[in-house]
Amino acid sequence: MSQTTGGEVPLKSEHDIVLARQLVRRLTQQLGFSIVDQTKMVTASSELARNALIHGGGGAMQWHLFTRDAKQGLELVFIDAGPGIANLELAMTDGWSSGQGLGMGLSGARRLVNDFNIRSAAGAGTTVTIRRWK
Amino acid sequence: MDRIPILRMGEFLLVTIQVDMQDQLALRLQEDLTAAIERHSSKGVLIDISALEMVDSFIGRMISDISGMGRILGAETIVTGMQPAVAITLVELGLSLPGIATALDVERGMEVLRAKIRNGADHVADDGR
Repeated sequence: MSQTTGGEVPLKSEHDIVLARQLVRRLTQQLGFSIVDQTKMVTASSELARNALIHGGGGAMQWHLFTRDAKQGLELVFIDAGPGIANLELAMTDGWSSGQGLGMGLSGARRLVNDFNIRSAAGAGTTVTIRRWK
Repeated sequence: MDRIPILRMGEFLLVTIQVDMQDQLALRLQEDLTAAIERHSSKGVLIDISALEMVDSFIGRMISDISGMGRILGAETIVTGMQPAVAITLVELGLSLPGIATALDVERGMEVLRAKIRNGADHVADDGR
């Protein structure tokens, strides 16, 4: 049986956030992640999907299965074309403020994964890439 | 739109979160619960999250807020049944839910709620002397 190793889902509504984290749950289960590792990746994806929707005005989540040093993992890329983040350093700081329970989103998600990369500039949207492997 | 049912049992309100919640559903639960506390003069709220496979900062914030709002309205809140993987993830995310009472399951949660309310009543009596 051939397996899909990548894809993309939209992040245009709150329901899309639920669908995205359910997809991440299924993918991490397929990869044989432990329950704790599944939960960490699902939670990180929920934070980043919400960021893309609320701060980025919607976007998409791409997913790729990868193998590195004989380890299998999942890469997720969250892309939005929103206003971007002018001060990345500040945005990565802990602090749970801005309105609806955000503020731990970026900094918290970074702690839940093995690899975290963010690219953004004012007016240029935001792309966050996370990876977690077994 | 969907609603999470709130059950009334004497002076307590019981909520079991069984679904993967959209943000709006969580906000609606918060509104419904505070309204129910007021309507029934409830003394305690028990929220069972044993079916939740994930608690992110939004849901964590909602639980904190319900607890805080409940306290102002005179009701104690307890959260029961959090899965270990969820607890580990929450703390790493940076949310340790300070000030939120928790118990392993509904039965123990009810005991804690009853004890809290008894103690609260004693304090009132003490102050009145």
